[in-house]
Amino acid sequence: MAVAPASRAKSEPQAPEKPEARQEKKTNGAGKAPAVPTFSKEQELAAYRDMLLIRRFEEKAGQMYGMGLIGGFCHLYIGQEAVVVGVRMASKEDDQVITGYRDHGHMLACGMDPKGVMAELTGRRGGYSKGKGGSMHMFSKEKHFYGGHGIVGAQVSLGTGLAFANYYRGNQAVSLTYFGDGASNQGQVYESFNMAELWKLPVVYIIENNRYAMGTSVTRSSALTDFSKRGDSFNIPGEQVDGMDVRAVKAAAEKAIQWCRDGKGPYILEMQTYRYRGHSMSDPAKYRSKEEVQKMREEHDPIEQVRARLLKSGQSSEDELKQIDGKIRAVVAEAAEFATHDPEPDPSELWTDIYR
Amino acid sequence: MPTNILMPALSPTMEQGKLAKWLKKEGDTIKSGDVLAEIETDKATMEVEAVDEGTLAKILIPDGTDNVAVNTPIAVIAGEGEDASATASAAPAPSPTTAASTAPSQGDGAAHQDKGGEKPEAVAKKGSDAPLPPAEASASAVAPEIPEGTVMATMTVRDALRDAMAEEMRRDDRVFIIGEEVAEYQGAYKVTQGLLQEFGPKRVVDTPITEHGFAGLGVGAAMAGLRPIVEFMTFNFAMQAIDHIINSAAKTLYMSGGQMDNAVVFRGPNGAAARVAAQHSQDYSSWYSNVPGLKVVAPYTAADFKGLLKSAIRDPNPIVFLENEILYGQQFEVPRLDDFVVPIGKARIARAGRDVTLVAWSIGMTYAIKAADELAKEGIEAEIIDLRTIRPMDVPAIVRSVQKTHRCVTVEEGWPQSGVGAEIAAKVMSEAFDYLDAPVIRITGKDVPMPYAANLEKLALPNVKEVVGAAKAVMYRN
Repeated sequence: MAVAPASRAKSEPQAPEKPEARQEKKTNGAGKAPAVPTFSKEQELAAYRDMLLIRRFEEKAGQMYGMGLIGGFCHLYIGQEAVVVGVRMASKEDDQVITGYRDHGHMLACGMDPKGVMAELTGRRGGYSKGKGGSMHMFSKEKHFYGGHGIVGAQVSLGTGLAFANYYRGNQAVSLTYFGDGASNQGQVYESFNMAELWKLPVVYIIENNRYAMGTSVTRSSALTDFSKRGDSFNIPGEQVDGMDVRAVKAAAEKAIQWCRDGKGPYILEMQTYRYRGHSMSDPAKYRSKEEVQKMREEHDPIEQVRARLLKSGQSSEDELKQIDGKIRAVVAEAAEFATHDPEPDPSELWTDIYR
Repeated sequence: MPTNILMPALSPTMEQGKLAKWLKKEGDTIKSGDVLAEIETDKATMEVEAVDEGTLAKILIPDGTDNVAVNTPIAVIAGEGEDASATASAAPAPSPTTAASTAPSQGDGAAHQDKGGEKPEAVAKKGSDAPLPPAEASASAVAPEIPEGTVMATMTVRDALRDAMAEEMRRDDRVFIIGEEVAEYQGAYKVTQGLLQEFGPKRVVDTPITEHGFAGLGVGAAMAGLRPIVEFMTFNFAMQAIDHIINSAAKTLYMSGGQMDNAVVFRGPNGAAARVAAQHSQDYSSWYSNVPGLKVVAPYTAADFKGLLKSAIRDPNPIVFLENEILYGQQFEVPRLDDFVVPIGKARIARAGRDVTLVAWSIGMTYAIKAADELAKEGIEAEIIDLRTIRPMDVPAIVRSVQKTHRCVTVEEGWPQSGVGAEIAAKVMSEAFDYLDAPVIRITGKDVPMPYAANLEKLALPNVKEVVGAAKAVMYRN
């Protein structure tokens, strides 16, 4: 996607709305957000670690882009970390993950190796796609990560196909299909919703509403900005979730995934989140105010929230968190080092992997 | 004045049908809209409604008659005050005739919806730093796939396709078929007849009218390891899904560094049927053949349709399998073998000859074969190469033939610019230039959207005369 922010849009610098208790459309509390649970110390620390890895990785990627080591398009996930980490905490190993082009966080949350991801960003032979895919096209069969798709909305039909395979095989896996507020306006999303509900396919549609489809705010692009209702005409339950709170994300995802495992069909989660950086590296983000971004960072940062809780409750100390921070910085530095020095693909790779 | 009721055409391509049952008898009073009879085609059973009022004076074609040609008088209606018995004898009179209108109980497919790796050229060897692809084994043009002494069965293309799918579904439970009207309706063109009954609704899946969505769903299921056959009612509608065919299916193996297979077959009728006009009459052979990562198959005979579809279903790559509505009902000899497969990427010498090479595939073969017959009458021996697969293209087979004949004509229904014929001409020029005694001539569909009017449609399509003319032209004969 090319980036050419045109006009300065009206920005809405308010915090994400708290999830409302919505009317039940189906039985068993579908469509009603569960209460935000309390995390154990281990859960808080795990969430902190996983989110911080994504944050530091993305910061490093941004830096390396600036140095010319990463080319083309590079869409950073900074600010949205609680979404993939919370959903991951609620899902099982076999559940498939598929998303669009803002995909680095999803891969790290799936347990893919930061070195392989970063080396793909730099287009090196040790990258997940041998350097032939780049930022937007990475896969890991082993970790059940199905991409990494560069065409807005395409992953929604594909993710529905992953769910179809689960239904076909009669297994218990669930397809976790991520897309943004922008993709939500693509026609194939609704073609997919219809088939998923018709055949009761096990798919959770996770709409990451970061409020801007590239440079166009949701209020300028969407007639109905409550994305949890986008499944209403297909009778798919949905709910809005505070996507900046990893605990709320996990609770909502647990419920939605269980709904799918019980054979009740698809479920929609609108994750109200926010990206701090531009749409891509080349986006100066002039369509929103600096104050809006600053306010989100200060008051709703997903990582800071966990950090504050850990310190306030005495479950952890500055020292312990500093140690975690240091370890993560080391992992990211190692990934960057590898991605910088790993050789480019052999020229013969030009002709491989076209046909099996 | 008595009116003849004619055997109606119930689909754009119907030429004959069975008069299954009369619902009115001689002497009955007929009102406009009354159902007169039931007619069976190879695709469906349809009802024939009366257009005119009067008395059913005479039934000319009795119940149960097979192969009644379209436009044959099947009954006579006498108007008010006319003597039915008197008009009966005058039945075949060349009086005003009206084709009965039809009230399809279910819509016909086409009418209903309104709604191999390219390698661098020789020049690239000098001018580019790009490494050269691995050399390909030379293809054999002679079909080795039917052992001598094999018993043959006469079969339509439609049944050959159905058998291919059924056999592969029995063989591999990952194979399923998904598309519009494939299950309960038994296929808009009856290609999937009986599959629902044998394999059940989980493996024979009716979709909503949602091409973009179900093509993507199929590709996703293939990524997860299933082997979907995605049927498009026609390839015209696949334009809504072309993003998934190209961006999601064809490129994924490459983009994933070889991790993500995509064993999906996209199949359905391609190209012009008859009288369905511009939006339903496009040949997509050259579009898909442009894309690395796709294999594009376009057979002509029932045996090749069967053997190649079986190969396509087993192939780990995404395949675009182009069928043709007009060919569905045509009969060919198909070998009776337990597991008859035809390799993808191999052309076939459909007719041997020494004077001129005609390269065709799919429906284009019908023109080539008739042209070769015409040419034979004038002592010209044409060699016909049935390409069968457009990508990867069996260029060695074409080159070998041109080395023998020194002349080449391509035949296709698609448009000329950037067509498959243009590609063949370029290949022949770069790989057999020294053997050519004349420039390659392309016979193609005309460079216009397909018109509806019968005379214009005929003009827009290639014809045998053009092929004969081109063959003579490359031989410098009048």
